[in-house]
Amino acid sequence: MKVKDLLKEEGFSVIAGEEGIDRELEGVYIGDLLSWVMAHLQENEAWITIQSHVNVIAVAVLNDAACILLAEGAYLDEDAKIKADQENLAVIKTTMSAYELAVKLNELMKKNG
Amino acid sequence: MGTVNLAFNVAKEDFSKAGEASSSIKKTLKKLGIDSKVIRKVAIVTYEAEMNIVIHSFGGKITVDINTEKIAIEAIDQGPGIADTDKAMEVGFSTATQKVRELGFGAGMGLPNIKRNSDKFVISSEIDKYTKIESLIYLA
Repeated sequence: MKVKDLLKEEGFSVIAGEEGIDRELEGVYIGDLLSWVMAHLQENEAWITIQSHVNVIAVAVLNDAACILLAEGAYLDEDAKIKADQENLAVIKTTMSAYELAVKLNELMKKNG
Repeated sequence: MGTVNLAFNVAKEDFSKAGEASSSIKKTLKKLGIDSKVIRKVAIVTYEAEMNIVIHSFGGKITVDINTEKIAIEAIDQGPGIADTDKAMEVGFSTATQKVRELGFGAGMGLPNIKRNSDKFVISSEIDKYTKIESLIYLA
């Protein structure tokens, strides 16, 4: 499936890096400790986190993440938004918990392939 | 491809620019057509080294030398140095402040991540002078 398929669902809105929504999405990683994420996040995975400062964008881009999914309504810093726009990395905001998001993505990936 | 040399200054506590050196290094490696698995290793090494300089040091420099066989990464800072480098290499050990930890840093994973992704790894340090990390990654 693609990142943009998420935006058809209720409660998902892209708040930065909109040009990146055509990317393939092939898995999910959840984490808030950046070095841990750096070591384990794989290419084309959606990264679910509540971290929302500019360095998060660097971690996602360095790992070729499909997108960032901000859980529980976490607010994105302005400089992070600018960086995500520059890097075409989609940042999608939701009010769901990380668990709810993972369950939802599992359903959607089964449906969309 | 001849030898390509890159150098970046990294400022202390400048979280707004943190990650820029490693992002720039990654873009150069992509342009050079380096294998994506190698790029991932270099990205992890340079990112962790860059963050260590930002979080823990008085500022420093990262250099990357690329040739047809290997990529040599060196990160050197201007102190304060590490008293016990063996301790610093332990997974989970960190001296990061609470404030920095709230941003998701300070997991005590940085140096172990660098070592794990290096084919050769050396750390050296002198109190009040410097910490130096040398990482070698082979292209094949």
